[in-house]
Amino acid sequence: MTPLLTVKDLRIAFPSRQGPVEVVRGVSFSLGRERLGIVGESGSGKSQTGRALLGLTPPPGRATAEVLNFDGTDLRHASPATWRKLRGARMSMVMQDPKFSLNPVMTIGTQLLEALKFNGRESRAEAKARALAMLEAVQIRDSERVFRAYPHELSGGMGQRAMIAMMLVTEPDLLIADEPTSALDVTVQIEVLRILDRLVTERGMGLIFISHDLRLVSSFCDRVLVMYAGQVVEELAARDLAQAQHPYTRGLMNCLPKIAGGQRPLPTLERDAAWAR
Amino acid sequence: MGAVMLGVSGLEVTFRRGGDTVRAVRGVSFDVARGESFGIVGESGSGKSTVLRAICGLAPTSAGVVTLDGSALTAPRSAGFYRAVQMVFQDPYASLHPRHTIDSVLSEPLAIHGFDRREERIEQALSEVGLGPEFRFRYPHQLSGGQRQRVAVARALILEPEVLLLDEPTSALDASIQAEVLNLLDRLRAERGLTYVMVSHDLAVVAHMCDRLIVMQHGLAVEELTRAALGAHQANTDYTRKLLSASEGYTKAEAS
Repeated sequence: MTPLLTVKDLRIAFPSRQGPVEVVRGVSFSLGRERLGIVGESGSGKSQTGRALLGLTPPPGRATAEVLNFDGTDLRHASPATWRKLRGARMSMVMQDPKFSLNPVMTIGTQLLEALKFNGRESRAEAKARALAMLEAVQIRDSERVFRAYPHELSGGMGQRAMIAMMLVTEPDLLIADEPTSALDVTVQIEVLRILDRLVTERGMGLIFISHDLRLVSSFCDRVLVMYAGQVVEELAARDLAQAQHPYTRGLMNCLPKIAGGQRPLPTLERDAAWAR
Repeated sequence: MGAVMLGVSGLEVTFRRGGDTVRAVRGVSFDVARGESFGIVGESGSGKSTVLRAICGLAPTSAGVVTLDGSALTAPRSAGFYRAVQMVFQDPYASLHPRHTIDSVLSEPLAIHGFDRREERIEQALSEVGLGPEFRFRYPHQLSGGQRQRVAVARALILEPEVLLLDEPTSALDASIQAEVLNLLDRLRAERGLTYVMVSHDLAVVAHMCDRLIVMQHGLAVEELTRAALGAHQANTDYTRKLLSASEGYTKAEAS
């Protein structure tokens, strides 16, 4: 099976007074129809990696790569028209906080229909039926009310589900989820993950799950990339996380407090300058 | 267990707007002993932060009594109360004034409460939270999230309070930084004999930090647990069990 997405030597640089600063330095991976987790601290370049895949590197930043291939399309020199065809329809992104990523002056329904309008050719009634069905698919019970609601009238968990519905209503092949559950409660978090899990297994979607929560990622994803200072320091199958070799991965694992019998004080991460080399 | 430092009994908080009434807290009672660390766990909207705000007099209390060191509190709270009880908020990006230097953030409470030796106190507060004197004249945007939360802790501690109310102090931070801040809070409590009330949605954090905790849901305290009971997964209510299993990570199928 050919991979859905191939990335080789992805580099993202931002200009500064001291010359360009590389925030992502040679990231390579390929993704099939599976769940790939990218874990790292803030500033490790994990979100920039996700954005670059959608061509959303914020200017003046520049993303370059040796290979950046999505299902046969070379994304490096994609024209704006190509991007319009891909974004939303074939690959989409769920952002971290529904409060900031939904349009506050449009109802959820209007925003859902807008996503469909650009990517489908069905009538308004059909589109609305599909939008409502999608809201129900993400476990929103009174979908009619949510359809009419403005983002501020929904709770965080509800807003995030609406956001996921919006991204999935076009049935993309690749979903990049950037900390989709960090703003949510643990119980809601699990529900949202179940929805994503079902979409991967039922629709054969590829999922890139970006998170700082190593424990969550290891229990949810098939494969995990651990990023530090813009580089992938370790790649391993999620179930082998306990046998992680790199001291950074192990440090991240150990510094989490545990419910049953924790250590006191918690081990903190001793950073080694050699990791960033 | 020592004397009761902070007592909350039958606390109710009701918000009214237009014709709507929201009963955010519906009768919550607990006692926190001097030097104890007490946790409140629950999901968003369960009223856990509102309890902390009500203790501070920042939320409209409709019933119930809050006592500090044996005496009932007046509304509005006295200056002495704020000297004894300080709060650390959730989001260090939002709780520090973006155009005030760390120096002015730390000197303001000292000025309000008329403390002497301000220079000394500011330098001491910074060193206690592990920040060097070079941070003193920086602005919040020049600091990382963990450093900002350290400043927020320093601001609370500079008045030498006895009780610290911690509203999700680490939920905006990375795991590695969270460990550092939790260790800092732990050390300060041991050194100064502080009393903590800590609110979090993360069971593991509360289990690590607190001796006893209550679980809140829909404005009610549904269960009270000790750390040992939590560690042994001895939960009596379904809701607590659900929280426990959710904090273990993702499981393929619904357990129930």
